[in-house]
Amino acid sequence: MSDVVVKVEDVEVAFSVGRIGRRSSILGVAGVSFEVRRGETFAIVGESGSGKTTLARAINRLRPVSRGAITFEGRRIESLDRQAMKPLRRRMSMMFQDPVGSLSPRMTVGDLVAEPYRIHGLERRNIQEETARLLSLVGLSQDFAHRYPHQLSGGQARRVGVARAIALDPVLVIADEPTAGLDVSVQGEVLNLLNDLRERLGLAMVIITHNLHVVRHVADRMAVMYLGRFVETGETEAIFDAPAHPYTAALLSANPEPDPDTARDRISLPAEVPSLLARPEGCEFHTRCPWVRDICKTTPPPCSSVEHRVLTCHFPLARGERPPERTG
Amino acid sequence: MPVLSVTGLNVRFSTEDGSVHALKDVSFDVPERRIVGVVGESGCGKSTLINAILGLLAKNGEVSKGSILFQGDRDLTKLGATEMRALRGEEIATVFQDPMGALNPVFSVGQQMVNVQYRSGLSKAEKRKRASEMLKQVRIPDAEAALSRYPYEFSGGMTQRIAIAMALMMEPALLIADEPTTALDATLEVATIELLQELQVKIGCSVLFISHHLGVVAELCEDVVVMYAGEVVERGTVRQVFNDPRHPYTVRLLECDPARQKKRMRHLPTIPGEIPDLRARPEGCIFAPRCHRRFGACANTPPDMETGTGHVARCFLADQPEPVGAQG
Repeated sequence: MSDVVVKVEDVEVAFSVGRIGRRSSILGVAGVSFEVRRGETFAIVGESGSGKTTLARAINRLRPVSRGAITFEGRRIESLDRQAMKPLRRRMSMMFQDPVGSLSPRMTVGDLVAEPYRIHGLERRNIQEETARLLSLVGLSQDFAHRYPHQLSGGQARRVGVARAIALDPVLVIADEPTAGLDVSVQGEVLNLLNDLRERLGLAMVIITHNLHVVRHVADRMAVMYLGRFVETGETEAIFDAPAHPYTAALLSANPEPDPDTARDRISLPAEVPSLLARPEGCEFHTRCPWVRDICKTTPPPCSSVEHRVLTCHFPLARGERPPERTG
Repeated sequence: MPVLSVTGLNVRFSTEDGSVHALKDVSFDVPERRIVGVVGESGCGKSTLINAILGLLAKNGEVSKGSILFQGDRDLTKLGATEMRALRGEEIATVFQDPMGALNPVFSVGQQMVNVQYRSGLSKAEKRKRASEMLKQVRIPDAEAALSRYPYEFSGGMTQRIAIAMALMMEPALLIADEPTTALDATLEVATIELLQELQVKIGCSVLFISHHLGVVAELCEDVVVMYAGEVVERGTVRQVFNDPRHPYTVRLLECDPARQKKRMRHLPTIPGEIPDLRARPEGCIFAPRCHRRFGACANTPPDMETGTGHVARCFLADQPEPVGAQG
C-alpha cells in the first residue's frame, strides 16, 4: 500500500469555451483513474488532443482539477493551494515537451540545473557540487555548465531537462514526450538514462508519448487514452501481445515498422477524431470503430476489469481478431 | 531517364568561423515514377540537399561542385532565378513538415488553391472546380464548403492533406516531401502515407521523400538514400538497404530503432559519439570516429562501392558485410 506513490481517482479537467454569455465547458480529461508504484514506469499513450498532457499537468496541479481525487504519498492534493503545493513539488517533478524550449535561453546549463535549489531555498547546499553531481549523473561533462541552451543538441538539452527534474530527489517524475523530436540513436540514450535513474533512485515515472515503440521498451504498465478517457489499461506486454480494445488494436497496427517485408494487417480508422464539443453518444469511439454494432451507438460501454486489464468496450477483441468485412 | 540526377554535389556555407562543407560528393538518382526516401539524423544535410535542389540555399551557401540534372537536360545548379521560379511549384512541388506554416492563415483554402494555379490559364470557375476536385482526392469531406474555410478550421492531418493537394495541383514531375508526417499521429501518419502512394500512382510523378522515420520510409519508398554528416553513405532499393545494410552507420541506425527490437529490452542500443564538426571535416571516412569496424585504411576517403545492382555504400568493407548480431 505504501508503495503507491500517486493515485488518481476519477479525475476530470474542464476547460471553459465559447463567448461570454454563451460559456460552456468541455472535458479535456473525463474521469481517469490509475496508480503508480515506486520504481514503476506507467505510460500514457494516445493521439494529439486526447488529453495526455492535460492529465499530466493536472497530476502535479499545474491545471486545476474539476472533479476527482489525487493522492500523492498518502496525502490528498487535488485541492491544495499554491502555497501548500510548493513543498510537494520537490517530491514530484516534470519534464516538459520541447527539450530546448523548456530551458530559459538566458541561463547557462549550470544555472538551469541549480535553479530548482534556488526556487526551493536550498542554497545552503553546495550548489557547485550538486551541479557537478547532476551533470555527471545524466552523462554530461562539466564543461557544459557554461553553455547556453542554443549551444546544445536536442539530446543534450533533454539531458539537462532530466538533470533539472531529478535535482531535488523526487519520488515521482512526469515526462511529457521525453523523446519527441529526437533522432533514433539519441532516443535510445534518453530512454536508457531514464531507465537507469528510475532503477538507481527508485523513482516512479509517468511517461506521456505517442510513440508506441518507446512504450514497449520502457513502461511496465500503460494506458491508452481517447477523448480524455482511458479506453484500455494494463501490463504493457500483455497489451502489445493482445490488444482488447479496437482503438488500441488500431493504434498498434498503425505503427510503421522499419522492415520492408512485414506483412501489413492494418486496421484503418475511418473518419476524423470527434470534437470534444460534441462527444459521440454511446461508446465515444463508435464513429471510428471498425467493429461497431448497434448497441455501441446508444449505450456507453461499462468499465470491465479482467486480470489486471481495465477496458471500456462492449465487445472486447479476441487475440488477433480482424475487423469484420463491411458491405457498402 | 531519371527525373532528377544528382552527381558529385558539394555545398559549402561561408560563416564567420570559416567554411562549412555541408554536402560532400552527394550522388543519387530519382527515377521516373518512383518514390525515393532520404533518411538521416538531424544535421546530416537533408534540408541543405532540398534547398540545393530547389535553388533556395541561403545567401552564404553555394554549390561548389557537382550537378543536379532535372529531366536529363536542365542543370538546376546553373539555372537563373527566373527560370528556377518558373520550375518551382509547376514542375517541382514541395510539401513541408509543418502544414500550418505552409498555408496562409488569412486567406481561405479556396483562395490559396486558386492562386497557386495562376499560370494555368484556366478561368476562375475552372480553377475553383479543380481545387475542389483536388480536395476530394485527398479525402477532405464536403470539399465544396471546405474551399471557403480557413486553415485554422482544419485539424493537423487535414491541413497536411490540403498542403499535399496544393502541391500536386499542377501535376509536377517531382514532388519533394520534407518530413510531411513527422508532426502527425500514428494513425494519421499511416493515412497520409497511403494517400501519397495513391496520388503518386494517379499523377505519375516521382517523389523525393525526406524523413528520419525509418518505418515510414520502409513502407512508402522503393529506393532509399542514407545520409550522414553531409554524405550519402549508402543507397539502394529499400529491400537492399534495410535487409542487407552494408555501411556500418546504416547497420547501427537500424539497430537503434526501438521498432526493430521485437523483444522488450531495458537497454536500447545507441551510437556512441557525435556527428563531427563540419567546419573541420575530418580526413578519410566521415563515420570512422564512431565506427566499430574502423581500421587503418579508414584514414583515406573510402570509395563508393557497388555491392549489388544500384546498391552502393561508401565504405572499404562494403563487400564484407558484418555477421548478423556481431555487436549490441
